[in-house]
Amino acid sequence: MKKIITLGLVLALAAIAPQAISSEVNVYSARKEALIKPLLDRFTDQTGIKVNLVTGKADALLKRLTSEGANSPADLLITTDAGRLHRAKSAGVLQPVSSTTLNNTIPVSYRDPEGYWHGLSVRARVITYVKGKVTPDQLARYEDLADATWKGRICIRSSGNIYNQSLVASLLEANGEEATQAWANGMVGNMARKPKGGDRDQVKAAAAGVCDLAVVNTYYLGAMINSDDEKQREAAAKVAILWPNQEGRGAHVNVSGAGVTQSAKHREEAIRLLEFLVSEDSQAWYARVNHEYPVREGVEWSDTLKQWGQFKADNLNLSRLGINNPEAVRLMDRAGWK
Amino acid sequence: MPGRNQRITAALLPWRVSIVTTTLLLALPVLVVVSYGLLPAGEVWRHLADTVLADYVSNSLLLMLEVATGTLLIGVSTAWLTTMCRFPGRALFEWALLLPMAMPAYIIAYTYTGMFDVAGPVQSALREWLDLSYGDYWFPEIRSLGGAGIMLSLTLYPYVYLLSRAAFLEQSVCVLEVSRTLGNGPWQTFFRVALPLARPAVVAGLSLALMETLADYGTVQYFGIGTFTTGIFRTWFGMDDSAAAAQLSTTLLLFVFTLVLLERWSRRRMRYHHSSQRHQSLPGFVLRGHQKMGAILICSGALFFGFLLPAGQLLFWAIETRNMIDSSFLQLTLNTVGLAAGTALLALLLALLMGYGKRLIPERLTSASVRIAGMGYAVPGTVIAVGVMLPLAWIDNSLDSLMREHFGISTGLLLSGTLIALVFAYLVRFLAVSLQTVEAGLGKIRQTIDESARSLGARPGEVLTRIHLPMLKGSLLTALLLVFVDVMKELPATLVLRPFNFNTLAVRAFELASDERLMDSSSAALAIVLAGIIPVILLSRSIRHSRAQHDLST
Repeated sequence: MKKIITLGLVLALAAIAPQAISSEVNVYSARKEALIKPLLDRFTDQTGIKVNLVTGKADALLKRLTSEGANSPADLLITTDAGRLHRAKSAGVLQPVSSTTLNNTIPVSYRDPEGYWHGLSVRARVITYVKGKVTPDQLARYEDLADATWKGRICIRSSGNIYNQSLVASLLEANGEEATQAWANGMVGNMARKPKGGDRDQVKAAAAGVCDLAVVNTYYLGAMINSDDEKQREAAAKVAILWPNQEGRGAHVNVSGAGVTQSAKHREEAIRLLEFLVSEDSQAWYARVNHEYPVREGVEWSDTLKQWGQFKADNLNLSRLGINNPEAVRLMDRAGWK
Repeated sequence: MPGRNQRITAALLPWRVSIVTTTLLLALPVLVVVSYGLLPAGEVWRHLADTVLADYVSNSLLLMLEVATGTLLIGVSTAWLTTMCRFPGRALFEWALLLPMAMPAYIIAYTYTGMFDVAGPVQSALREWLDLSYGDYWFPEIRSLGGAGIMLSLTLYPYVYLLSRAAFLEQSVCVLEVSRTLGNGPWQTFFRVALPLARPAVVAGLSLALMETLADYGTVQYFGIGTFTTGIFRTWFGMDDSAAAAQLSTTLLLFVFTLVLLERWSRRRMRYHHSSQRHQSLPGFVLRGHQKMGAILICSGALFFGFLLPAGQLLFWAIETRNMIDSSFLQLTLNTVGLAAGTALLALLLALLMGYGKRLIPERLTSASVRIAGMGYAVPGTVIAVGVMLPLAWIDNSLDSLMREHFGISTGLLLSGTLIALVFAYLVRFLAVSLQTVEAGLGKIRQTIDESARSLGARPGEVLTRIHLPMLKGSLLTALLLVFVDVMKELPATLVLRPFNFNTLAVRAFELASDERLMDSSSAALAIVLAGIIPVILLSRSIRHSRAQHDLST
């Protein structure tokens, strides 16, 4: 009797234990379903490898990954900023990957020096100004935003947002703590209103006359320009992009990217997926659908991106953003940046 | 005599054991988080205290004050009007006033902002007509502390409405009539008799609304208001300090605990049972003239701003973006409704166990257990999710290494990343809802009924199934519905804990809305509302029915 029970137990456990089917790959993605699923479906069509997907907020997915540990089913972690990828690396849940395809395609500053994570698409955080109220020769750098001439004229979202945290992290790297603190204090004094809403809301507010400058990520503006909603198109038409720090280090950029997990049971498939995501087709898709800049050279940009023109990007290694993030948050707290 | 006492104790042992076990299980996630707080948090606390802590505290308190005022004013007044007064449209308002409950607070916040923000159609039209520009005129700012209070009040007043209405419905006509014959007018009867009698129910509804307020993240985050919840997220994820974040969570919990205790203490030894049978239909004050207009205005105002306006806007957007409704929609709806229904049922069973157990064994241990099991409601969903993830992953991984060692097979993760983990998190978070409702219902049944039944030989379980359950039908349905709707709207825990390839309507709506694609998210948001309406109507009918049946039976 005992033997039968033991046997039954073992069989039952064997049945529910996750089978290592080679033709699938499990993805934890902080990129929203609408902005990743179409690509994953195409990957499945081309390779026959099934992709299982959970989307969520980066921090929470990272927590899930760390707590699941060596038994985690996830093979690939996708996030929308480099800071989180760096955090995943330091938490020990990623593993290095060395692939000539990836190394040849992705510029050095957009991937981890040791191959723990790879950038897949680039976005810049830029200053936009209301045409007719501001001329582009009035300011040139992020640093100028703290200048007293802009008192009550700037719209920017809250300091709880990772894109602002990364921007401040990059300023910390460039100018040091003291100067950045002074900058944040000045910035808070120049805000036209308490920070609220998302990036698109800042552009809308600028168009409605609340402020003359708005700090936004490029793809949000691109989405507004190409929106089905007439009001968004109208608002976006009232502002123009000013590429910051072109004489110096370049505009602050960040990447969406991915890393193969330490626990990956489908390592080969995960690497194939990574390589697929930097293929010419996929890279063109990012540009076309979400107005992000491809990491791959020679991929055609969308018309909107072409109109904005070439720009110089800050080539700071993006790991630094993750390292500076806690200090950036504290600094903004001290400045009273809501 | 000692023999008899021992027998009673023995009969109650299973109840005691199951209550304590359930509590421990449900308290585990919160305890895990609290235990993180025991780690030294370093200088982060100093930093918080120097900079933002005062803001978190004052904003959270003010927000609670606003929501308390808002939900009490709307909830109690509409409940009284639809229960005790007669005016045109009453039958419609009776159920329609529950509709805002189906609306997630962050969705209503997005919608109102879309309409009334500086760049929205209302202000744009104003500027165009009057040829003004921004700054020339005053317009209330939606995205402010006051605005957040209004958004939360509009979606949370149904808790107060529902529970107060149930209490008013069950009130004895005789008591009210006695009050009138003693010279109290209708207003005095309301304030001096009906309202005090309904106090446990009103307070139960209010505390649900307030706990939901404290746990809200979506609305305050979108409005840029620093509260405890946003502070916890910032500290945990932005500053990467889980100890300080856990200590913030613990502070929040202590605060909730104090509030609960204060309320209990202020009630002390008061009891709120029926003093007579409710064998007569309610009086039904017929309203005329100004009173009639006033009643219609109050009820339709709540309905309009809490539901019709935002739902209308969502519908308008959904039609404009109808291509967003694709084949996956049916699956999303099935997932959502299935999860919500299953969780609601489980939560009801647990609530009955806890609520009745506490009545059966009125000891400190059981009543503390019941309080602790309900604490999860004030904790933000993500924090609970983390608290669920850690112990489950630990169990999975320990079992895995055990099986590897002894049988050479790997079991992998058996609980983590499954629906079991998700439902567990829902129960931790939402048990308070069904518990409050069941307790409020049980509180109105006199203890002497139990005693009579027991003295006639009924065992504790029989008293529950044969006496309490039939009497509690309204409360039980209320408990089911509240959890159902709450689970449908739940977002943060669902996001983190759900299995591969499994989405719900709330996830779909949130993903699009948080990508600032508000219009595209409207169809999913509307589907949540629609799926919530059906149980709302069912519930409302059965509450009314329960009273009618009572009236008929005599």
